[in-house]
Amino acid sequence: MNTIKTIGASAPLAATTVHGAGDGLEPDPRLDRVAANPIFQTLVRERTRYGWILTGAMLVVYFGFIGLIAFDKALLATKVGGTASLGFYMGMFVIVFAFLLTGIYVARANTRFDRLSAELVRSLAK
Amino acid sequence: MIRILPFLAAGLALGFAPALAAGPDLGAVEKSPTNWPAIGMFLFFVLFTLGITYRAAKGSKSAADFYAAGGGISAGTNSLAIAGDYMSAASFLGISGLVYSSGFDGLIYSTGFLVGWPIVLFLIAERLRNLGKFTFADVASFRLDQTSVRIISATGTLVVVAFYLIAQMVGAGKLIQLLFGLPYLYAVVLVGALMIIYVAFGGMKATTWVQVIKAGLLLGGASFMAGAVLYQYGFSPEKLFAAAVQTHPKGDAIMAPGGLVTNPIDSISLGVGLMFGTAGLPHILMRFFTVSDAQAARKSVFYATGLIGYFYILTFIIGFGGIALLMSDPSYFKLGADGTTYDKLKDMLGGTNMVAVNLANAVGGPYFLGFISAVAFATILAVVAGLTLAGASAISHDLYAQVFARGRTTEKAEVNLSKASAVGIGIVAIVLGYIFENQNVAFMVGLAFSVAASCNFPVLAMSILWRGTTTWGALLGGLVGLVAAVSMVVLSDAVWVKTFGHPVALFPYANPALFSMPLAFLTIWGVSVLDRTRRGNRERAAFDAQFVRSETGIGASGAHAH
Repeated sequence: MNTIKTIGASAPLAATTVHGAGDGLEPDPRLDRVAANPIFQTLVRERTRYGWILTGAMLVVYFGFIGLIAFDKALLATKVGGTASLGFYMGMFVIVFAFLLTGIYVARANTRFDRLSAELVRSLAK
Repeated sequence: MIRILPFLAAGLALGFAPALAAGPDLGAVEKSPTNWPAIGMFLFFVLFTLGITYRAAKGSKSAADFYAAGGGISAGTNSLAIAGDYMSAASFLGISGLVYSSGFDGLIYSTGFLVGWPIVLFLIAERLRNLGKFTFADVASFRLDQTSVRIISATGTLVVVAFYLIAQMVGAGKLIQLLFGLPYLYAVVLVGALMIIYVAFGGMKATTWVQVIKAGLLLGGASFMAGAVLYQYGFSPEKLFAAAVQTHPKGDAIMAPGGLVTNPIDSISLGVGLMFGTAGLPHILMRFFTVSDAQAARKSVFYATGLIGYFYILTFIIGFGGIALLMSDPSYFKLGADGTTYDKLKDMLGGTNMVAVNLANAVGGPYFLGFISAVAFATILAVVAGLTLAGASAISHDLYAQVFARGRTTEKAEVNLSKASAVGIGIVAIVLGYIFENQNVAFMVGLAFSVAASCNFPVLAMSILWRGTTTWGALLGGLVGLVAAVSMVVLSDAVWVKTFGHPVALFPYANPALFSMPLAFLTIWGVSVLDRTRRGNRERAAFDAQFVRSETGIGASGAHAH
């Protein structure tokens, strides 16, 4: 990962101004090489898809919970076991679910996506 | 019930809680004698953080040091700072107070505040780190016209910061009045002066470390309290709930959704605002530039989500602990004329926002009470410092350096202007905090979230994620979102009826985000599609370079080459 670190992330902090298109960003031929690289395309396709699927899951779970609060309060008041209600468990589930989703994404990103990024950097160095 | 919603929506949204906003409840102020243990512990916190600020000031030379702590913050530290920015006195006092009075309804806010984080992680965090430098406007204007996009981003930032800051200042003044027995004006000046010192001298480094220390203290204190409550019930939440249901005047109803959210449209709109507002808060977005790379940005969101989720579970337990342990004890209430009766929900000393503080006394004695009071003050201080830094960066880095000086400025001049802006913002905040003392400002934090969701977030998301976005689209879309969110709130019950005294609200809902956010996205899309200018074509063509860099961080190396 060190390669990416040095190439990518230190640069924004260097004292260069960020270019806008209006400033006449010079077309960098290496960028086309990156964009055409099959590893780059795999990385972007997989990560984008993964990100949107997880985003969708979060939206469904959260707005499902809010929807039940809005439209079916009686269901959420149902007792589960002793005093605690179904709504209580669902609220706790939403909190834990949000955390788990970020964990799932980070686990995937730390392994698969970072490996692809490293491969990409290696293949560009050739 | 719709009437209550805006109040709570805003009051709880990290600002401060409703009862604090309502002047008369603060009659309890005379009842709080000068709290020496609390003042002592708070002075210790202030001296300690001033020491950190001094060290940070010596080490902060460049613009990167000032805005982004030199990019040297680790993922773990940054996650504490993010969590600290998010866990304000309102989350702590307001949500535990809401759980105390309504039980389950507190969870609606806890979940709403948390679920924005996964979205930030999946769509924004890494790309933001790869594209940006100091502010989110760097990212939004990456391939678009610097001047226009920075103007709209900086405006969005300043509006969010202004509303947030007013709410925090007024909340801080009243809370300190209550906790320490200090006069309101002194409290506001004290908060303003300290935040100026942290930001103007210590920059992002000091602001981050103040936030980290406070987050540690708050999590530690809340954990101890929740643990002490559970200990009394053999660590069985079920027994705690059973005891709470027996004591609470609403009985079993506290375990189910109550009257807080009755209008479906409003509850969904609230959810939209909370969820996507998180992804547009400028002081939160700035934190992604303080870490070394996209991997660290990613990990900090993961840890922060865990910390914030854990914190909301603690506030829930603390609220229920308040019901079970405080409600039957008359010493925590203003007693009625006969000296024995009291209203369990209305008569708590200092109002229901003081549940956590009173509970600290019940489980840990007066010194723990002092500790929690000091932590609550530290919390406010850290949050306003973060806001001030975000505002100062927008003025110096976006407006001054890129719009007025057109990039022809030195780093030193820019940082100096930023420090001056921090002083200016601090003074304005003190003045506004004083002016708004007796106004209903509870809607302001909700408004800040709505503006963040309707202006900052759409501009940022569309410029990163959609090739077709042009300057005209981003500019007009951001403007439409901003104006829509502000005017819908002005026309809603909270302002139109309660502040201006008109008989009927012209906008029927308390939360505008469900309408204003899609409106902003639609405008960005529509205007961009219609934009046939040469600049627009150039900007669409420039997407590829931005895309490669946002996905890999690689394109940035081009900046070194030429």
